[in-house]
Amino acid sequence: MKIASIFLTLALLAGGFGFAADANKIVVDGSTTVGPIAKAFAEFYMKQNPGVNITVSESGSGNGAKSLVNKSCQVASMSRLLKLNEYEAAVHSEILPVAHVVALDGIAMIVHPGNPVSKLTMAQVKDIYLGKIKNWNQLGGPNSAIVIISRDTNSGTYETFEGKVMKGEKIAKNCEYVGSNGAIRQRVQSTPAALGYVGIGFLDNTVKALPIDGVNPTPETVKNGSYPIARPLYMVTDDYPKMGSHLYRYINLYLTVKGQAIIEEIGFIPVTSY
Amino acid sequence: MSDAASRLRRLAALFSKGLLFLATALSLVAVLLIILYIARDAIPFFKLRGLKELFASTSWFPSGQPPEFGALAIFIGSGLVTLGAIVVAVPLGVAAAIALSDILPYRLRQAVKPVIEILAALPSVAYGFFALVIFAPLLQNRGGSLLALAAWLIALPLGLLLIFVITEIVTRRVREDVAQAARLILAATLVVILVRGLLALSSLLGRVAISSGTNALNVSIILGIMALPTIVSVAEDSLQAAGRELREGSYALGATRAETLFKVVIPAAGSGIIAAVILGVMRAIGETMVVWMASGNAAQIPSPWFNFLSPVRTLTATIAGDMGEADQVLGSERYHVLFALALCLLLTSFIANLASEWILRRQQRRLGGLK
Repeated sequence: MKIASIFLTLALLAGGFGFAADANKIVVDGSTTVGPIAKAFAEFYMKQNPGVNITVSESGSGNGAKSLVNKSCQVASMSRLLKLNEYEAAVHSEILPVAHVVALDGIAMIVHPGNPVSKLTMAQVKDIYLGKIKNWNQLGGPNSAIVIISRDTNSGTYETFEGKVMKGEKIAKNCEYVGSNGAIRQRVQSTPAALGYVGIGFLDNTVKALPIDGVNPTPETVKNGSYPIARPLYMVTDDYPKMGSHLYRYINLYLTVKGQAIIEEIGFIPVTSY
Repeated sequence: MSDAASRLRRLAALFSKGLLFLATALSLVAVLLIILYIARDAIPFFKLRGLKELFASTSWFPSGQPPEFGALAIFIGSGLVTLGAIVVAVPLGVAAAIALSDILPYRLRQAVKPVIEILAALPSVAYGFFALVIFAPLLQNRGGSLLALAAWLIALPLGLLLIFVITEIVTRRVREDVAQAARLILAATLVVILVRGLLALSSLLGRVAISSGTNALNVSIILGIMALPTIVSVAEDSLQAAGRELREGSYALGATRAETLFKVVIPAAGSGIIAAVILGVMRAIGETMVVWMASGNAAQIPSPWFNFLSPVRTLTATIAGDMGEADQVLGSERYHVLFALALCLLLTSFIANLASEWILRRQQRRLGGLK
């Protein structure tokens, strides 16, 4: 058993070094929010450059950072910066994390399309998630208990929500947790009394996004800073990629006209405005 | 045969025996290593935070500042969901096993058993998807009527059976010539009471609004269905193992088919049926994907505790859901607490497995004695 595990580790290590040495292979791991960007970029880049192989997995920002530290990926896609202890772990493994802001994301509060409530304030959102406001009739809606839904504590979206809205206070115990943006949208579109949150990129007409403090969650309001629940999205590399390498060109796609179009297409907010 | 050749053959036999032993030992070693490594990562948590918080507090905020690791609600969630799965799976599973082994014709059994076993082959994420996308909205939109329908489906046949038995017992001492009439009148009254009661109950249930369909009830039903094939096939095997001689002996003594079934076959297979139930329950406790997708994952104790319409969080879903962010590199409390939970889960299933093993062995001894 032990011997087998040693062999396995060796094989994995060899594989890891193999990636690092092979300039035609890029492994991206991390946030489910940044994942669609990384995937769309990968698809576009591989079509332009046959022979380059880019794999994208979405296992959460924390796992992305971990993979970068373990050298099992070259790009960690993250919806937050590395935490101090992650930087520390990276430095210990002789990794220098360099963050590239590839796009902006706003988090939209969503309800069932049939819900008559049409606006919320930051304070109300916080009170609902604290369990102080329990019923839609306290907000001018029907008499039904609010079903509050959150991303799992493992996700970058959750961390941004916790930081921007909860400000360190604890979410009520009856809050339900689900594993992805798509799953929250699915729960909200099928649950009349639900309140959830997703990245603006995941909004569609099956759910209703509420304005917060009178500001609609749109690309414009996120960019001009008036929408309160917004954040940058990052791709993190070990050191700045070698100029002209595939990694360099892949990571800088967001600065191109085509890259901006891709980001807009999947619903995020580009940092450029061509 | 030459001396050398026979020695060579002996050597080859010894070698292959050793190889097989090694292969068997490997799985044993794997189990031991799993326990060892989980315990090794669980113990630091108890050293850092002690025992009391984990088992006595209901505040589960592993990412809070400061973090809190009260898992009482999670233990209760796991227990509640398992209890629900037992209520769904055990009566159905045992009844199906009895029907398959002793009641249905042989041909039908050959057709039905593989179909039940297909249930075991479906990947759990498929069950989870069904629970989340189809069953949860159904519970939210038609929850009350579904509950009422379930009440009818369960209570009507059971009630009718009960009425039949009661009238038989009550009218046993009545004179022969009026017995028939008394039986009829009594049965009719009781049926009217039953239907009235059920109507009242179903109109009560019909008004129940389920605000969130991802709750303990949803998961209990799905887990119950997932545990069915295990229970059916192990229980049916043990009913079969009771043997033809036993049944024929019973018939030869003049027992009817029902008497043979209830007084001879089921008692003989009893411990096997219990073992089947334990194995099925283990499947329910250990299941992760379905509960992660469809239990709601809210770390709260339902109020009252048996409120199955409330979202709950289980041990397995907590481990799966919190693993990613928990820091393996630095080995934080948040990482070790998951191993502490895993250790509790492992010990539970270990004890249950030992119990089922012990019960099965006892049955084999007893049946051996009968022959």
